[in-house]
Amino acid sequence: MNVTLIDYGAGNVPSVERALRRLGAQVETTNVKEKIAEARCLVLPGVGHCAALIAALDAHSLRQPLIEAVGRGAAFLGICLGLQALYESSEEAPTLPGLGLLRGRVTRLPENVKLPHMGWNTLKTIRATRLLDSVPADAYFYFAHSFAAPAAGVESAAVSEHGREFIAVLEKENICAVQFHPEKSGAAGAQVLRNFLRAAA
Amino acid sequence: MSLARRIIPCLDTDGGRVVKGVHFEGLRDAGDPVGLAARYNAEGADELVVLDIAAARDNRPTFLETIRRVAEQLAIPLTAGGGIRSVEQARAVVRAGADKITVNTAAVERPELLRKLSAEFGAQAVVLAIDAKREADSWQVRIRGGRQATSLNAREWARRGVELGAGEILLTSVDRDGTQLGFDCELTAAISKAVSVPVIASGGAKVPAHFLEVFTSGAADAALAASIFHDQAQSIRALKEFLRGSGVEVRLPC
Repeated sequence: MNVTLIDYGAGNVPSVERALRRLGAQVETTNVKEKIAEARCLVLPGVGHCAALIAALDAHSLRQPLIEAVGRGAAFLGICLGLQALYESSEEAPTLPGLGLLRGRVTRLPENVKLPHMGWNTLKTIRATRLLDSVPADAYFYFAHSFAAPAAGVESAAVSEHGREFIAVLEKENICAVQFHPEKSGAAGAQVLRNFLRAAA
Repeated sequence: MSLARRIIPCLDTDGGRVVKGVHFEGLRDAGDPVGLAARYNAEGADELVVLDIAAARDNRPTFLETIRRVAEQLAIPLTAGGGIRSVEQARAVVRAGADKITVNTAAVERPELLRKLSAEFGAQAVVLAIDAKREADSWQVRIRGGRQATSLNAREWARRGVELGAGEILLTSVDRDGTQLGFDCELTAAISKAVSVPVIASGGAKVPAHFLEVFTSGAADAALAASIFHDQAQSIRALKEFLRGSGVEVRLPC
């Protein structure tokens, strides 16, 4: 499987690349718009501040090629900020438009819990998704974020909870995304990546 | 669904080897970081911390190589630090494979560094390490591996660090470190309740009951230990089974 890994400078690009390679994927790490425009399988990693991701995508003119690639059916996996960027906007960067591939707004988790939501949490499955095939129902995944997408969207396949429920896994046609870091989530995370690669093949 | 408490082994490294000591002194060799990292990853450690305790001696290339080799072994998060004084140094550590960076002395001397690191990598990647020593009825911040006193109060420094952009506090009790007398739960609870970010307790762990205590009365979000894991005096899996049996939510790997 050939995977185009979008490298806009996020800290977790090397570990996502390593995790995909361990599963046998051929990974091309790039920020070149032509490569993204013609990709069949795209992974958008991300960690840190949402504004940095959006600004970097725009600085490299990656927004349109990315939206078009997804529009013509390229398999897509967003990780952490790569999930949040799919929405129309984020409270973290109110003036920057998101990719707008999904409807809704990313908001901050409540103040009555410790933030960032950092560490290992479990999921509640909303509906069947290929991403969670062969993943035990009580598996833990590693999260590191303070903002999250609403749990209620039609794309929601599994939620997690920290102060409130939020989307942990989403799947809508060729668009997949996870709020946790599969590349840092042990065997369960590797299974999610394996499932994505299988679905994309 | 709720967040599990984390168990974090720590590798103190010097020139590519893991070392250990008592009260930040009297170092001895404790093995190969790559082998230990692979073992902890397999045993169910929730994260790994790798510190360069020789940072003052300026052996950065060796440390970066250690991070690279350790990261290669891991499917869990990696925090690295020791002697990081600038955004450039932090970037090299992140590019070598660390998910988070930890800063201590440099942040005390230049608090602005926390703001810069947070802007560059996000708060979730910035771990403020605080070495605290009891002075009468409060705790004083110490720097340079616990050797040098400062005028900072640990609780106030923790709060300020979070305001500046730290996403987590790695709190070491200088009094307990290396003693195996148990975590300083009073210190841990005081800091954990004072800040809005997770607190990792460190210093003094020996038996599973110490971990239970720091997760309950200490209000710790995570607990860190080194030698008891290196020596195989305590297996991570058995520790987690004990904690789960005691009602603490932990992740047991499949």
